[in-house]
Amino acid sequence: MKYLMFVCTDTEPDADPTAAPDVEKWVAERDANGQRLMGDRLAPPTAATTVRVRGGELLLSDGPFAETREVIVGFDLLECADLDEAIDVARSHPMAYEGRIELRPFFDSNA
Amino acid sequence: MSDTSRAVATAGQESFARIVAALIRVTGDWTLAEDCAQDALALAVERWPRDGVPANPGGWLMTVARNRAVDVLRRADVERRKLSELARLAERGTTPPGNGAEDVVDDRLRLIFTCCHPALAMEARVALTLRTVCGVATADIARAFLVTESTMTRRLTRAKAKIAQAGIPYRVPAGRALVERLPGVLAVLYLLFTRGYDADGEPAFADEAIRLARLVERLLPGQPEVSGLLALFLFQHSRRDARRGAAGTLLTLDRQDRSRWDHAAVAEGLDALSRAGHDGPYAVQAHIAACHATVRSSAETDWTAIAGWYDRLAERQPTPVVRLNRAVAHGYAYGPAAGLALLSEAQAGGALDGYPPALAVEAELTARQGDRARAVALFRAAAAMSEGPAERRALTDRADELALGRP
Repeated sequence: MKYLMFVCTDTEPDADPTAAPDVEKWVAERDANGQRLMGDRLAPPTAATTVRVRGGELLLSDGPFAETREVIVGFDLLECADLDEAIDVARSHPMAYEGRIELRPFFDSNA
Repeated sequence: MSDTSRAVATAGQESFARIVAALIRVTGDWTLAEDCAQDALALAVERWPRDGVPANPGGWLMTVARNRAVDVLRRADVERRKLSELARLAERGTTPPGNGAEDVVDDRLRLIFTCCHPALAMEARVALTLRTVCGVATADIARAFLVTESTMTRRLTRAKAKIAQAGIPYRVPAGRALVERLPGVLAVLYLLFTRGYDADGEPAFADEAIRLARLVERLLPGQPEVSGLLALFLFQHSRRDARRGAAGTLLTLDRQDRSRWDHAAVAEGLDALSRAGHDGPYAVQAHIAACHATVRSSAETDWTAIAGWYDRLAERQPTPVVRLNRAVAHGYAYGPAAGLALLSEAQAGGALDGYPPALAVEAELTARQGDRARAVALFRAAAAMSEGPAERRALTDRADELALGRP
């Protein structure tokens, strides 16, 4: 199954950056065993542009579409047998310790 | 209940999870599995009174459910592989336990772990376990959780969709994952039991929780906390017929007629406790329950031992409720002043504000210190705060008794 892993910051005070593993090591390991297909860091939300078309008219706005304090700072595309394997990949990412990670399966990933 | 309908009920209880679990493993379709198991039970209700109860009721139900699934899948033109696996399933289902039975047993455990997967919301885990493992009707689950049947149906559908879409595996975890996941499964059983045991709860759920705990203990031996949880359930459950007075009010332990305790359940509980060790939170709670369950009168209760167990529990689980119960135990073991001192520690920071049992404990300890007027006021305040009618009644009665000068 394919999962998109959103890597996010977190404003909760319980973040634990000291225990966080090394990200380079994580990438190398997960690439090597085929669990990570691709991924990258994202520029800050201030660089975002939101695009809509309403009534045929292009509407552009500066910034992200959702005003939240938690910010998506990166993403990884995973190939895993099931959710348990994807959770295992996510839990060893440093941002699981100092931020939060959301796992979203691809629509109809089973088909 | 006639003999035949009792036979259907028993066979259903023993076979439902087995059938659902096996059909899910082969087809991956939760709703189909439940529907086919339900259809098989419905057919048994119709046929068995006429044709007699079959020699192997579980095998009969498995075959009918399997055939039903084959029909549905054939109509849906599902791949050959699933159909041939289903065919093998029925052969196994009709043979008495023995060869191949281990696979089937595993299926039920797999089902329980999947229903209790931590990626599902807690309320969904409990509902799904009741529906899929225990075979409780959606309408009955809805009633117990105070929601409409359509809300509960939606909740169950959403949970099943999440399992399929998110790729929640149909598997019993192993190694570190088992250690991490087992407490979550036990928490679901505990919640289920509490739902059944609460003053205003659904008693049948307590039976279901005990059945599940026995099953998990059998299928997953060598896990002390499973045995601890089962023991805890059995000790509490042994008092089910004694805990209400004539008018349905709740009776505290010291007022219960101990001859009405279920001594067979206590014996089974002690047996489970012997496998539970002394360390896990459920084991420690079971040891506390055993202290109560094994004495002939409340006067013989070994409160010093119970206070010691609560000290141990509070080290492991320093929750406000555990600290409250620890105050009660110390109050009996070392006098009301000791209890009140620990109670005020437990209440620090408003941790127990708005929790009626905390006020009731304060009231009881205050009464034993001799300040009757203040105790009556505290009991009335606890009753006013209480949301369950049986609990409110018990608190009001206690206030009235004290006000009339009874001890």
